[in-house]
Amino acid sequence: MKNSIFASAKKGIVSAVKALLSNKVVLMFLILCLFGICTTGKPLSYTVSEVFTRFGRNTFLVLALIIPVLAGLGLNFGIVVGAMAAQISIFWVVYWGFTGIGGLLLCFLISTPIAILLGYLVGRLYNKTKGSEMITGMVLGYFADGLYQFLFLFVIGGVIPLGNSSLLISGGVGVKNTIDLAGNLKYSLDNLSMLLLVRTAAVVYLAASAIAMIVRLMKSKSPDVKKTAIKMAACAAVFGLTFIPAVSGFMGTDRLLLLNAVELASLAAVVYAAGKFVITKLIQKQDVNAKRLAAIAIVAVIAYALTYIQAIYELLTAVLLPVATYALIILLCVFNRWILSTRLGQNMRTVGQSRTVANSSGIDVNKTRIIAMCISTVLAAWGQIIYLQNLGTFSTYGAHTMVGQYAIAALLVGGASVQSANNKHAILGVVLFHTLFVVAPLSAGNLFGSALIGEYFRVFVCYGVIALSLAMHAWKTVIKPKVESTRVESKPPAEADTVETAKQ
Amino acid sequence: MNARYVLKMEGISKEYYGNKVLKDVNLTVAPGEIHALMGENGAGKSTLMNILFGMPVIHNTGGFTGTIEIDGEPVNIDSPQKAMELGIGMVHQEFMLLPNFTITENIKIGREISEPTIISQIFGKSLEKLNMKAMSRDARKALDTIGLNIEEYVRVKGLPVGYMQFIEIAREIDKQNIRLLIFDEPTAVLTESEADRLLDAMRVIASKGIAIIFITHRINEVIKISDTVTVLRDGGFVARVATKDTTAVKIAEMMIGRGVEKLLDETEDSRTIDENDIVLRLRDFRVEMPGERVKGIDLDIRRGEIFGIGGLAGQGKIGIPNGIMGMYETSGTIEFDGQPISPKVLGDALKKGIAFVSEDRRGVGLLLEESIEENIVFTAMQVQNKFLHNLGIAKIYNSRAAKAHALEMIRKLDIRCTGPDQAVGRLSGGNQQKVCIARALSMDPKLLIVSEPTRGIDIGAKKLVIELLAKLNRERGITIIMVSSELNELCSLCDRIAIVSEGRLCRIMRPEDSDADYGLAMAGITTGVEEYERTT
Amino acid sequence: MSERLKSLYKAVGLPRLIIFAFFVVVFVLAGIYGLGLPSLMGNVLRRWGMYGILVLAMVPSIQSGNGPNFGVSLGIVCGLFGSLVAIELDIANLPIFESHPQIGAWASMLFAMVLAAVIGWFVGVGYGVLLNHVKGSEMTVSTYVGFSIIAFMNIMWVTLPFTSGDIKWPIGGEGARNTITLENSFRGVLTDTLGFSLFGTEETGMYVPTGLLIFFFLMCFFIFMFMRSKKGKAMSAAGANPVFARASGVDVDKMRILGTAMSTALGAVGIITYAQAFGFLQMYNAPLMMGFSCVAAVLIGGASTTRAKISNVIIGTFLFQGILVVALPVANRILSGTDLSDIMRMIISNGIIIYALTKAKGGAVNEE
Repeated sequence: MKNSIFASAKKGIVSAVKALLSNKVVLMFLILCLFGICTTGKPLSYTVSEVFTRFGRNTFLVLALIIPVLAGLGLNFGIVVGAMAAQISIFWVVYWGFTGIGGLLLCFLISTPIAILLGYLVGRLYNKTKGSEMITGMVLGYFADGLYQFLFLFVIGGVIPLGNSSLLISGGVGVKNTIDLAGNLKYSLDNLSMLLLVRTAAVVYLAASAIAMIVRLMKSKSPDVKKTAIKMAACAAVFGLTFIPAVSGFMGTDRLLLLNAVELASLAAVVYAAGKFVITKLIQKQDVNAKRLAAIAIVAVIAYALTYIQAIYELLTAVLLPVATYALIILLCVFNRWILSTRLGQNMRTVGQSRTVANSSGIDVNKTRIIAMCISTVLAAWGQIIYLQNLGTFSTYGAHTMVGQYAIAALLVGGASVQSANNKHAILGVVLFHTLFVVAPLSAGNLFGSALIGEYFRVFVCYGVIALSLAMHAWKTVIKPKVESTRVESKPPAEADTVETAKQ
Repeated sequence: MNARYVLKMEGISKEYYGNKVLKDVNLTVAPGEIHALMGENGAGKSTLMNILFGMPVIHNTGGFTGTIEIDGEPVNIDSPQKAMELGIGMVHQEFMLLPNFTITENIKIGREISEPTIISQIFGKSLEKLNMKAMSRDARKALDTIGLNIEEYVRVKGLPVGYMQFIEIAREIDKQNIRLLIFDEPTAVLTESEADRLLDAMRVIASKGIAIIFITHRINEVIKISDTVTVLRDGGFVARVATKDTTAVKIAEMMIGRGVEKLLDETEDSRTIDENDIVLRLRDFRVEMPGERVKGIDLDIRRGEIFGIGGLAGQGKIGIPNGIMGMYETSGTIEFDGQPISPKVLGDALKKGIAFVSEDRRGVGLLLEESIEENIVFTAMQVQNKFLHNLGIAKIYNSRAAKAHALEMIRKLDIRCTGPDQAVGRLSGGNQQKVCIARALSMDPKLLIVSEPTRGIDIGAKKLVIELLAKLNRERGITIIMVSSELNELCSLCDRIAIVSEGRLCRIMRPEDSDADYGLAMAGITTGVEEYERTT
Repeated sequence: MSERLKSLYKAVGLPRLIIFAFFVVVFVLAGIYGLGLPSLMGNVLRRWGMYGILVLAMVPSIQSGNGPNFGVSLGIVCGLFGSLVAIELDIANLPIFESHPQIGAWASMLFAMVLAAVIGWFVGVGYGVLLNHVKGSEMTVSTYVGFSIIAFMNIMWVTLPFTSGDIKWPIGGEGARNTITLENSFRGVLTDTLGFSLFGTEETGMYVPTGLLIFFFLMCFFIFMFMRSKKGKAMSAAGANPVFARASGVDVDKMRILGTAMSTALGAVGIITYAQAFGFLQMYNAPLMMGFSCVAAVLIGGASTTRAKISNVIIGTFLFQGILVVALPVANRILSGTDLSDIMRMIISNGIIIYALTKAKGGAVNEE
C-alpha cells in the first residue's frame, strides 16, 4: 500500500510537470528565465523577492482576463478600460483627501459602478463586432486612452473646476503627470494585518449565515439547522482563537515571511488531506481517492522538509508577503472556480464554445457576453487599484497604457490560449513573465554591458508571445473548418434545399 | 377537435419573394407514429419543417398562410423556443453539439439542473449551483432509453458520427414535454450498421408515444420503418398513404411525377453524334466534396451531345463538375480530347477548353460588387489573356474591347440590365445566371459544364436558358454537360442522362424512360421497374 | 430626393460625415480667428504628400484580402534600415557628386528607396506566407507582428555597428540616436523640388511642395495602373471572393502574398518620403502607432476593411491630416493650454477604425 502511494504520488507529479512542459511557450520561457536568473549577477534573494512583489501586484489583473476567454470573447484587450475606471476613482479619492484602508475601500466603491457602465458599453461594442473582438479591444484601448487623456487634460480643472489645485498642472487645467500615493493610499491594502482579516472574515461569515437562515425562514423553507450551527460554531471558535496572545502576536503583522507561509501551507495541506479522509471515509462512508490525498500530504511534508536546507531557508526568510493582497488573489481564484459551478458560468462556457448552439438552446447570447465583460472590467478596476496601491506612484497618463499587453502576455506565457484559460495559467504566467521582466535588463547588463538591450528584449518578448499565440490560435481555426468552409454558404432562401438550422 | 392527431398542418403555403415554394400542403401525424416525409430536392420538405419549427428565416420573409394544430389546439409558432415549449424537437443534419463539453453537458444545454444557494437568493437565479449528479442521472436515463452504451461523462470530441447523432436524440428525448421529434435526413451521414441502430432507436422512441417525422429520400428505409408516408412534389401535396398500403415503386412514382410541359420546342435535330467519338472520359473518378462525395465513377461523354447528370441532393452529382475543375481533391483519371487533365494543377481544365458554370451563383459564380462587364470577361482574361493590351512588361485591361464584348453578350443572351457597368449583385437570379453563362462562353470552350443552371429562376427565364443551351449545342457544336436536380429540364434537353446515387453511377437513362424507372434510379436501385417488381 | 440622401448617408456612414463636418468647421474657425490659413494649408499639403504613400500601402493589402495592414511597421523598419545604410555609406557626399550636391541628395534618397523597397519586398513575401496561415485573423496577427518587429528592431538599432557621426550618439549612449538628422543626406529632396509659394512668402504663405506631391501622385498612378492590369484584377478578385478567383484559375494564396509584398515595399518607400519631408529619421518606438494612423486615413477616405480604392487614399489622407493640422491652433485658441493634437489623433483614428469594424460583415449578422 505504501509503495503504491509513493508511486502514484510520483506519477502525479511527473505528469503535472510533463503537462507544463508540453506547452512550447511555457517551456521556452522557463528556459529563458532559468538562464536569466543565473546570469543576473545579483543574489537570488533579490530576484525572488522582486518576483513575489510583482506577483502580489499583478496577479489580480491577470485573473480578471479569464472570464472573457471562457465566454468566447478571446483575450480582453479592452481591460484597459477597467484600469481607467480605477484611476478615475483614485484621483478623486486622493483629491478629496481620504487615506488608508478607508480611502482604498472608497476607491473600490467608486470605481465599481464606473467599471460596470464601461464594461456594459464595451460588451455592447463586442456584440456588434462578433468574430473581431480582439482587434476591437485593441483599438478600443487606444480610443479610450484618447478620451481618458481628454478627460484628465482638459475636463478636470477646465470644465470641472477644482478648488484645490495641488494635483493640477501649473496653469490650472489638467492633472499633473505623476501623483504620489505615499502617505495616502500607498500600501493601504498591503498593510492590513492578518489578524484584522481573519476577524473580519469570521464576522462576515457569521453575519452571512445568520442572514441566510433568516431569509430561508422567511421563505418558509426549513434550514439545515444542525449543519449551519456546526459551521457557525467552528467560525466562532476561530474568532476566539485569535484572541490568544501567541496567535494574535504572530498574526498582528501585515507581512508574512515566506518561510512561515510555506510552513502554514504545508500544515494546511496535511490537515486537509487527513480531515477529508476522515470525514469522507469514516463519517460519510463514501469512497475517497486515498492515493490522491496521500500524495498531497506527502508533497506538503517534503516541502516542509526542504525549508530546513540552509540555502532555501535564507531565501525564504528574505521575502515578505503582504497578506491581504494575497488573500484577495486567492479569493479571486476561488471566485473564478465558483462561477463555473453556477448556471451563469455554464452559460458563459456554452456561449464561448458556440454562439449558434447557445442561441438555439434559449440562452441570451448577447446578455451573457455583456455580463462577462462587466465582471471582467470590474475585476480589472479592482486589480488596477491593488496594483497602484502597491506601486505607490500614480502615473496619470501612463499607468494604464501597458496594462493590457502585460497582463495578456503573462496569461499566455502561463500556457493559456485564446480559447482556454484557468487560474493555474494565470499564476504560472505571472511568475514566469515577471521573472523575465526583472531578470532581462540585469542579465543583459551583466552579459552585454547594456541594460537597454535587456529592456528592449523584454518588450519584444511580451509582444512576440502575444503575436505567436494569436497566430497559433488563428492557424488552428483555419485548419479545422477547412471542410466547412468549402461548403456552399451564401444561398438565398429561395435556393436553399436543406432544412435551415438556427445557424447561418 | 381532433385529439387523435398530435400535429395537424393544413393549407400551408409559403412564398419567397414571389416564388411559391409551398402550395396548400397538409401534414397530419398521430401520436407515436413514424411518419416519413418524402420529396425531391426543392419539393418543400425543408421549408415545411422550418415553418413547423418556427425558424426566423420564415418570419423574416413574410411568414406563411395556413393553420397548425398541436394536440387539437391551434398554435402560432413564431420562434424555435416556442416550438420547443410546445414539445417539438429537431435532430438537425448538422449537429448542434459542443465538442469540448461532456455528453451530460451537451444533453442539458440551456436546461441545466441547479439548486439555490445563499448568493443566488440575493443575486438571482443565474448564480444557482449546478447539480451535476442529477444531470448525470438524467443523461444516463436518456442514453439508456435509446440504447447508447457510453459513459455520460465522456467528452463529445472525437466520438464517431453515429454516436453524436444518438446524443442529439438523447438531448431531445430528455426534454420532458417532447411530443414530436423531427429527423432531417438522419441516415445520410451514417454507416449501414449505424443506420440500422438508428432505426431501432426510432422504434423505441415511437413506442413511448412520441411521434416522429422522418425526412428522407431512402425509400427502402421508409418501407422498413415508417407507418405513414407523405409525399410532396414541387411545393405541392401529392399524397398521404399508410406504408403498408403502398410499394417502393409507387412512392418513387409519386415523388418524381414530371411535368407534362416540355421546356424545349424543337422542330428538328440535325446533329450526328458518333458513339465512339468520346470527348471526355472519366475513370474511377472520386471527388472529396463535402456533402457531395463522388466514390468512383466511370463516364464517357460523346462529342456534340448534351449529357445530363441527375440524382438527389447530396448524392454526388454536383461533386463531378467541381472535381473536374479542381475545386476539391480528386483521384482517378480524366481525359479530355485525348489529353489528360490534372485537377491538382490550378486552372488546368480551364486552360484546356472546359468552362464551368457553378451551381453556387452568388458564392462561386460572381463578383457581386463588380460590374457585368468585369464579371463576363474575367475568366477569359485570366486564362486566355483576352481583353488585355499587351505592353510587354505588363498586361493592362482593354476596357474598350471588354465593353464591346459585354454589350454583345448582353444582346445575345438578353440580359436585362441598365448597362454593362451595372453591379451584378443587383440583377435578378435569371440574369445573374446569364452573366455566368456569358463568362463561360467568353472563353469559347469546347466543353461547357453547367451545374443547376435554372435553380431559383422563374419559368420564363428557365425556358430561355434551356433554349440558349440548345442553341449553343446545335449551332456551335459545343458539347454540354448539364448537372441538374430537375428531371423535367434534363429530359427536355439531354440526349442521355446519368443518375448518380450514393456517389456512384446508378444508371444511364433515356429521356423517354418512365417516372417509375427514374424514381428507382434516384433511390439507388440499378434495375428497371419490371425486374424490381419481380424480385420484391 | 430624400431617398438619394438616405442611401448616400448609409453608404458614407455617420462617423465619416462627422469627420467631414468637423473638418469644415475647424477650417472656418481657423479663418475666423485669423490663424494664417495660407500657411496652414501649406502645412496640410506637405503632410498630405508626406503620409500619402504610407496610406497607399494599405490598398494592395486590403484588395488582396489581407485586410488593413496594421503591420506596415515591417515596411517602415525596412525603410529606416535602407536610410541608415544610405547615411552610413554617405552616398550624398560621394566624390562624384562633389559639384552637384543636389544630385547627391537625390542619389542618396533613391538608393535608400530602392534598397528599402527590395528588402521590404522580401520581408513582405515572408509576412504574406504568415498571413496565409492565419486567414480570418489577419488584423490581430498583423498588429502584434508589427509591434514585435519594432521591439526587435529596437534591439538592432542599439547593437548594429553604425559608424556614421549622424547616426551614433556623439558622447556616451548606445547604438543609434532616437532621431537622426537627414541634413547631410536627403532632407527635403522632394519637398524642395519645384516648390512654390502662393499668398505670401515660404513661411507666411501657402507653400506648395510640388515635387513631393508629384512623387505621391506618381506612386498612386503606378498602383492604379497595376490594379488595372491582369495581375491587379486577379489580386482584387482574390480579395473580393477567393472561391470565384480559384474557379477562374487564380492562385489566391500567391495573390495575397503579392499584396503584402507590395504593401511592405510601399511602406518602406513611404517612410522615406515621410522622413525627407520631416528632415529626420524617427527611430525606436516612434513608428509604433503609424500603422493605425494609416488604416484610419484610408478608412476615412471611404475604404472598408475589404475594399479600397486610390481615391480613398487621396481623400482620406487629405481629410485626416487636414483636421490634425488645422484643429491644433484652433483648439489652442479655444482651450488654452496643452497639446490637443495627439489626443485628437488618437480619438479620431481609433474611432473610425472601430466604426469600420462594426460594419465589417462577419458571421455575426446572420446569427440574429
